[in-house]
Amino acid sequence: MSAEAAYKKVFGRPQSLKEAYTHYCPGCGHSVAHRLVAECLDEMGLREVTIGVPPVGCAVLAYNYFNFDMVEAPHGRALAVATGIKRVRPESFVLSYQGDGDLAAIGTAETIHAANRGEEISTIFINNAIYGMTGGQMAPTTILGQEATTAPGGRDPKLHGRPIDISRMIALCDGVVYVERCSLASLKHIRQAKKAIRKCFQVQLDHLGFSLVELLSPCPTNWKLSPKEAWDWVNNVMVKTYPIGVIKDTTGYDETK
Amino acid sequence: MPSEKTLMRGSHVVGEAAVRAGCRFYAGYPITPQNELPEYLSARIVEMGGTFIQGESEIASINMVLGAAAAGARAMTSSSSPGLALKQEGISYLCGTELPAVVVNMMRGGPGLGNIAPSGADYFQATRGGGNGDYRTPVLAPAGCQELCDLTFVAFDIADRYRTPVVILGDGLMGQVMEPVVFPDFVDLDSLPKKDWALTGCKGREARALFSMMLNVNVLHRHNLDLQKKYDEIAEKETRWQTLYTDDAEMVVVAYGTAAQIAESAIEEIRAEGIAAGLFRPITVWPYPVEALRSLSKRIKKIAVFEFCMGQMLEDVILSVGERAEITFYGIPGGIVPTPADVAEFLRSALRGDGKIGRRVLV
Repeated sequence: MSAEAAYKKVFGRPQSLKEAYTHYCPGCGHSVAHRLVAECLDEMGLREVTIGVPPVGCAVLAYNYFNFDMVEAPHGRALAVATGIKRVRPESFVLSYQGDGDLAAIGTAETIHAANRGEEISTIFINNAIYGMTGGQMAPTTILGQEATTAPGGRDPKLHGRPIDISRMIALCDGVVYVERCSLASLKHIRQAKKAIRKCFQVQLDHLGFSLVELLSPCPTNWKLSPKEAWDWVNNVMVKTYPIGVIKDTTGYDETK
Repeated sequence: MPSEKTLMRGSHVVGEAAVRAGCRFYAGYPITPQNELPEYLSARIVEMGGTFIQGESEIASINMVLGAAAAGARAMTSSSSPGLALKQEGISYLCGTELPAVVVNMMRGGPGLGNIAPSGADYFQATRGGGNGDYRTPVLAPAGCQELCDLTFVAFDIADRYRTPVVILGDGLMGQVMEPVVFPDFVDLDSLPKKDWALTGCKGREARALFSMMLNVNVLHRHNLDLQKKYDEIAEKETRWQTLYTDDAEMVVVAYGTAAQIAESAIEEIRAEGIAAGLFRPITVWPYPVEALRSLSKRIKKIAVFEFCMGQMLEDVILSVGERAEITFYGIPGGIVPTPADVAEFLRSALRGDGKIGRRVLV
């Protein structure tokens, strides 16, 4: 019996990830999200036709980790940049990967209008309710009572305003066909997140319009929690402001098959 | 085949020239006085198989252009002064990422919302740059519709050759005025040099990344030195200017764009009176034709500068001429367009040195 026949490879690095060490903190959701995106691209045979746009924020260096073409966008402008790419190369698979500050604060206009135009782009939205890269400042998605370096004593609606739920906002736009919010804070949730990402990618391949998957993503470093406590915080606290599940689905896909 | 002579307004001229030069992507946000350009392209570029997007803002529009450029298209955006202020971030990123694009500014009065009348008040913004970082953008300053057409072709060529954004600096008057134009033939897109850096999907090659962030100080240091080398090469090879009646001139008028066209009429008026005046017209305002103006100032000792603002290009004249000649400045801000007769009065005063119109500039 040959070695090949005797052994079956059951796990490895997806081709869509470079052989590189990331700069992400222990317990950070980005590493998991990168892996899920890479696995989906591999499984769907999309790596060689993908052009990605990373955010400004913790994932700004994503082009060092993802093994496909990428172009950096100014802070918040990823979906405008992605729009330009997709219109010039409609045959490409175009992906934006953005954090909450990028997508839901400085880039709000670009996000809503790209979504509303129904651009055939797939967006992965990492919501960790904090500005991670700059060191823990209040994000648009910081929940009420949550501590941040610019919200000492916790987010107070009178002082800081309320957290924004941009996924529900864009779901109101007719150009948006699929929005789902998932969590990266348990194995079960991670598996569901991967399903959602696959579906989000399929929407683009089927030319249905804009789709987005929001991933509630632990940030132990800036939440000042251990990785395990960060998972618990997502599952017990964060989901109360951001309930997980399908927010919009007009794809017409038959999920029973 | 070049077109027949066509009577067209300036904004439409840029649009037609852009399409013929191979532009297949336009994004822009409405602002007066340049709306006729996106209006024209909204039909024309689509007819050519390209993309027109009315962006949700000037910021979104220039970033759409950044994406289109990264994907390898000849791409353009346009606006007027306050809109250009918003595009500065994108221009800085285009420079840092080394992506080609053409950015048109049909200048209007400022600061702030200002007005919608013609202006020359964005010279600093265009030539010094309003974005962050150590960068330069080639700035072409056409005078008249034919040159607007020709320089649009040049702009796309320079942009691609040096992988840089290029600014076309016009004004509200130039955008509205109708003049006869002969358009060059359509550029054959397949004949253009291949963009071996563009993002096309990584089939059969290594993945590519385009970015401007270089956290390692040594890497960013080298990147800035490489950019500077490129800017030096642009200055050496792409500087353009025109002179008129300078052979016998005792005084030379320095003006660009629409102001230069008015100055030319004024010069003809006073030459009929026997005053030997000439015109020095920068066509690139960055790179500024420093050497050409400097060598003129060795021979011609009176220099009169005329602008639609309070003295911005004037600084480049001072940097070029220094103390070699006497400099007099006449600037009209706020959107008032002086007649050739007004400018002729200034030139007579400048020649007499009586200081009645404009001001003597002490270096």
